[in-house]
Amino acid sequence: MSSSVNPQISALREQIARLESAGWRHRGVLPFGLESVDRKIPGGGLALGALHEVAGGGNGAVHGAAAALFAAGIAARTSGQVLWCVTRRDLFAPALAQAGLHPDRVIYAEVGDEKAVLACMEEGLRHGDLAAVVGELARLPMVASRRLQLCAEETGTIALAIRRWRRMTEAADFGQPTASATRWRVTALPSAPLPVPGVGRARWLIELIRARAGECADFELDACDDQGRLALPADLAHGQAPAEPRRVGATA
Amino acid sequence: MTAASPAALALGVHPGMAVAKAQALIAGLEVRDADPAGDGAALERLAVWALRRYSPVVAADPPDGLHLDMAGASHLLGGEAAFIADLSRRLADSGVAARIAIAPTYGAAHALARFGPAPALIVPPRDLEISLAPLPIAALRLDAAAIESLRRLGVDTVGELAALPRAPLALRFGPEVSRRLDQAMGRASEPFELVEAPELIRVRRAFAEPIAAPETLARYTAKLALQLCEALERQGLGARRLDLLFHRVDNRIEAIRAGTAKPLRDAKRMTRLLGDKIETVAPGFGIELMTLTATIAEPLHYRANASSLIEPATPDLSDLVDTLANRMAHGTLYRCAPTQSEVPERNVRRIEPLAEPAGVTWPADWPRPSRLICPPAPVEAMALLPDHPPVSFTWGGIRHRVKRADGPERIFGEWWVRDGELEAVRDYFQVEDEAGERFWLFRRGDGEDPNTGDHRWYLHGIFA
Repeated sequence: MSSSVNPQISALREQIARLESAGWRHRGVLPFGLESVDRKIPGGGLALGALHEVAGGGNGAVHGAAAALFAAGIAARTSGQVLWCVTRRDLFAPALAQAGLHPDRVIYAEVGDEKAVLACMEEGLRHGDLAAVVGELARLPMVASRRLQLCAEETGTIALAIRRWRRMTEAADFGQPTASATRWRVTALPSAPLPVPGVGRARWLIELIRARAGECADFELDACDDQGRLALPADLAHGQAPAEPRRVGATA
Repeated sequence: MTAASPAALALGVHPGMAVAKAQALIAGLEVRDADPAGDGAALERLAVWALRRYSPVVAADPPDGLHLDMAGASHLLGGEAAFIADLSRRLADSGVAARIAIAPTYGAAHALARFGPAPALIVPPRDLEISLAPLPIAALRLDAAAIESLRRLGVDTVGELAALPRAPLALRFGPEVSRRLDQAMGRASEPFELVEAPELIRVRRAFAEPIAAPETLARYTAKLALQLCEALERQGLGARRLDLLFHRVDNRIEAIRAGTAKPLRDAKRMTRLLGDKIETVAPGFGIELMTLTATIAEPLHYRANASSLIEPATPDLSDLVDTLANRMAHGTLYRCAPTQSEVPERNVRRIEPLAEPAGVTWPADWPRPSRLICPPAPVEAMALLPDHPPVSFTWGGIRHRVKRADGPERIFGEWWVRDGELEAVRDYFQVEDEAGERFWLFRRGDGEDPNTGDHRWYLHGIFA
């Protein structure tokens, strides 16, 4: 029974995929450059011309600091101008520059409410000459996300929604369905201890909570470098234990 | 004597006094001939300036007033309060003493600007009658004879006049008193003499039959835009500000104003910018005349956009910036650029979204948080003096134990900005707590010298 149905179902699936993805599959993807991450995302990277959601985990749901850096890293790896729509004015541009997003590349739109953020994002996505459009949003209803997704499909601009709430309790909103292609959660993890006093590269737990036509996954990665690239932690890269830490620069 | 300076007024001179009497009162009084024509021309110039700067619908109101219709324009100026602040500052800078009132009707604004309790007033529609009631009847633009006879009847304020029965009032004083009262209260419309500026490029279209449907308005907007572009092209100009006025059959004027970041001479984009707001136009009983004016026009230079084999052509974002700027109600568009300052609050400067690329970025040698808490939040911290990072700190009732820390990064006060910062010092630490969250803390003072700061701890940013 099942063997006779399966070819038909798979043919139908293919047909649906062709219908659905006529707009965005051929836009290509923006790979993270990490094989273990790209393998888990359908298409081998973040789809261009699609909406992606990023939120912070834990306290990050409120301040969204890591999520903003994660989004900045993605935007930095595109080429071209970026529109960044905010309602609160606490984003600190030097940090984005340190994630590889040069200040000349970012146009900020500071608006009064979230409806205006959505309108600005939509306008930016429709324009087509932008590389990425980032918006900080607390609420992203299905209809609004669908509109953003359609606008992004039209032009191939990548849309990033940083989900950020006023209170921790509102973060449950992140479970609501939206039309986004992928949904990420970025949480800070304790970083690897350095052999000397100091703070090393930040480490994030990056969860792929939802991927259209893909599976969930989570990764433990080093935060964006000055080119916006994530990296595999050195002590986990090859499944090896780290070498015995040696003091650098100190002589007996 | 028609006018006197504040200094002369303080010495007892007042308008209406005979010149000889004033000269007798003050030795060395400087007397100049009144120049009504010159004053009128100056007022016209001021009106054109206001037209360019503030509102598409401006009328000179001789001898001493300007009438601006703010509907459809205040959002470009950041709201009514910001508009008043900006206007009074600019007028004061150029030596013009001004009183400003924003009211729902022209008559009320006229009265409140001249007789209102404060030099700058905003009266919302619901307070209109309350705010007009205590004003003297002279505020209603009545002639002197009518004011005199009303006073004789014991009517001194607008409130008392409004309380009188209408019919005997009209019988005794004619229609003028009731009409002025109605104009102030918004019950009667008032014609509006727009300021004429012949140097502005303007195209117009009159309709034999009034039009009202939004689609029709949009179609004629497109036609006017095309005409305006031709007119601009003849002079080699591009529009920086567009005013589309709709003259309604009932003598009211509806306006749409759109600004552009670069000189624009593209009918399609003009139509799009203006068309975005056609829904805000209330056509009433119909529109009989539409005019489109390039209120601000600048020379438009075409630039060769030769394609290069090496670099991809830089996309032109000016249309996006224009659309966003015109559509955002209370928002700003900007880019960030570094400044010559180490103090975090000061080292980001906002520049125009389409400014030339600065090419510089912030020095990358010290990490900066992606969220800046402004103003810095005071925290309770435990740390060894003089230069150890805190062992733990409490922010918002939650205690964070510091696992790793980096610092101090010492930032000195900038005495050339503020005198109080002559000796001020901040020591910044980047700390990571047990959960891996990273914070940017600073201590005021260098840990030794109390002159450099009071050694309190503040949270200034969050990395992740």
